Amino acid sequence: MEMDKQMIQENDDLHLNLRLGLPGSDDTAKKTSGTKRASSDHQDTSPPPTKTQVIGWPPVRSYRKNILQQKQEEGAMYVKVSMDGAPFLRKIDLKVYNNYPELLEALQNMFKCSIGVYSEREGYNGSEHAPTYEDKDGDLMLAGDVPWEMFVTSCKRMRIMKASEAKGL
Amino acid sequence: MAYSFPEEVLEYVFSFINSDKDRNAVSLVCKSWYEIERWCRRRIFIGNCYAVTPGIMVRRFPEIRSVEIKGKPHFADFNLVPEGWGGYVYPWVVAMSRAYPWLEEIRLKRMVVSDECLELISKSFKNFKVLVMSSCEGFSTDGLASIVANCRNLKELDLRESEVEDLSGHWLSHFPDTCTSLVSLNIACLASEVSFSALERLVSRCPNLKSLQLNRAVPLEKLPNLLRGAPQLVELGTGAYSAELRPELLSNLFDAFTVCKELKGLSGFWDVVPAYLPAIYPVCNGLTSLNLSYATIQSPDISKLISQCQNLERLWVLDYIEDSGLDILATCCKNLEELRVFPSDPYGVEQNVALTEQGLVSVSEGCPKLQSVLYFCRRMSNAALVTIARNRPNLIRFRLCIIEARATDYLTLEPLDAGFGAIVENCRELRRLSLSGLLTDRVFEYIGKHAKKLEMLSIAFAGDGDLGLHHVLSGCESLRKLEIRDSPFGDKALLANAAKLETMRSLWMSSCSVSYGACKLLGQRLPRLNVEVIDERGTPESRPESCPIEKLYIYRTVAGPRFDTPGFIWTMDEEGNTPLGIA
Repeated sequence: MEMDKQMIQENDDLHLNLRLGLPGSDDTAKKTSGTKRASSDHQDTSPPPTKTQVIGWPPVRSYRKNILQQKQEEGAMYVKVSMDGAPFLRKIDLKVYNNYPELLEALQNMFKCSIGVYSEREGYNGSEHAPTYEDKDGDLMLAGDVPWEMFVTSCKRMRIMKASEAKGL
Repeated sequence: MAYSFPEEVLEYVFSFINSDKDRNAVSLVCKSWYEIERWCRRRIFIGNCYAVTPGIMVRRFPEIRSVEIKGKPHFADFNLVPEGWGGYVYPWVVAMSRAYPWLEEIRLKRMVVSDECLELISKSFKNFKVLVMSSCEGFSTDGLASIVANCRNLKELDLRESEVEDLSGHWLSHFPDTCTSLVSLNIACLASEVSFSALERLVSRCPNLKSLQLNRAVPLEKLPNLLRGAPQLVELGTGAYSAELRPELLSNLFDAFTVCKELKGLSGFWDVVPAYLPAIYPVCNGLTSLNLSYATIQSPDISKLISQCQNLERLWVLDYIEDSGLDILATCCKNLEELRVFPSDPYGVEQNVALTEQGLVSVSEGCPKLQSVLYFCRRMSNAALVTIARNRPNLIRFRLCIIEARATDYLTLEPLDAGFGAIVENCRELRRLSLSGLLTDRVFEYIGKHAKKLEMLSIAFAGDGDLGLHHVLSGCESLRKLEIRDSPFGDKALLANAAKLETMRSLWMSSCSVSYGACKLLGQRLPRLNVEVIDERGTPESRPESCPIEKLYIYRTVAGPRFDTPGFIWTMDEEGNTPLGIA
């Protein structure tokens, strides 16, 4: 145990019996001198390459990756959903739902809010929150006005607002 | 001293000894026991196909009925092993086709299998029953056709996540009408549509069918009939779990599941439409295994489902389950033994789901039998790891992947040494550990000191220098497999612990600091190891010996160097000469 402590304190050099007794070699073997591995430089404490994709990291099997990718390509309609006051956004696949009630129920569960029932004249008056979305033209719209299919294809992003703020729509 | 037992009696006694370890021990007692044992061994497991040759195997064990062989290193799963590395099963099949006419079972993992291979299997073994190919590649649906057409007593065909060249679904129709022996069929990895009528007929005429994993191309509408044809199923993998919302289909499905009283395991669930989930409620209470890891459903739907599966022992799920779903899991599933949480968006930079370390902490608190964990998340703290370790000293597998490489403790901004240290200190029976996050040599000190039962260790972007590796190699007495990537470990630790490598199955190191010179030395010193240098930049002889190599794979072997290495692999020679390999 004493030996171990010493070794740890030594910190830098291992006092080991076997040495690299090769002609011309020295301890620079430790330094990374390969040309190919820019993304795996690890000798210092520089921040990891978060934006560049490192091969095999995170360790997800290609089998699994392919399945998830397929799901996303196959006509899924992912849109971001924010709620005023919530710390992060969510992403949902509109294709998973068949109509507005299903979508609204899912949103209510996801964000623990109450949206209530839509009416053509009153919108979501009377409920605490109202679902709005940004359409292809960049306009802020109240969800429920247009037929479901039209909504799915034109919705770019959703935002759950306090109903009081949605009054003007 | 004369033996009072005739051979037949010893043989009879040995027939009750099935574990490899015990059989190996028996064979070492004396020459006579060695002889008797080798003639009556029926099952063999080869953890590394290059550790021994087919010739050695058939010479020593003439009466094998069941073979299991593994090929590529585990990191091949993450594309770290270049294409063409090896792992060909053909030489094995050729040798066995000559030596084992009565072979019944072949199980392969991470091996390259060709259609010719499959055809040879189908024609060589009259009583062939079981073919399991896990994460294999190199064959097409034509090869499958030979197997199902020629193997008259086929019980199991399991393609588990293999990469198959999918020419068509026609192969399934090659099952003869007389085939009634099927017990397990797993075609989940195939893309093409098989003939549904052939499938239905096959399923309903096999009374012993216990496990059926369909592929995505089998639509939900077909499921009720399939289930009615096999009410005795114990394991089911659904096909695509979506359809237009139709009440008759939902009730049809529900009724079909009601009939499956033996169902213990469910998987599949591609393209899930949540509205159809209630169809499985009849079987939820009996489920011990649930794989939702391809199901892109959200936390409320997942939670509703899980709360009905009170007997769950194993759950695989996407991180859509979130902390809230894991809380429910912790409350409802007191028999849970294994949890795997996979990332829904592994390459996204922002957090997309409300899943944190807290979910895992809850499960560790609520599930007293939890022993096996695989968890992907985006933040972790030493405090959480310490809590998990104290809650669950019975953990045997702990694989944590914090998605950002070298992530610190998000609360204290320190390395996660203390947290993982607590894991190895408290979980004395830990056999498998995967590390992630920012880690210094300190964590390896803890591992070397405490992880005495550890058999497999995975390291990525960790450590400060050779001392870390030295701690592991000198301290972990039970270590069999070590795989390391992008960590500053080099020559000193390897050379100082060279002898340790002969006690392990294999060592993988990529993007580390091991020099070519050290590899040559290792190859020279340890003739019973194959030291394979993998470098796609061309021969290491063209660079200085102190230059680090790209990848290194070292494994113990009695077979000597292999001769099927591709051009970018050099096996270090015993004499220290210019190594073997195509230059």
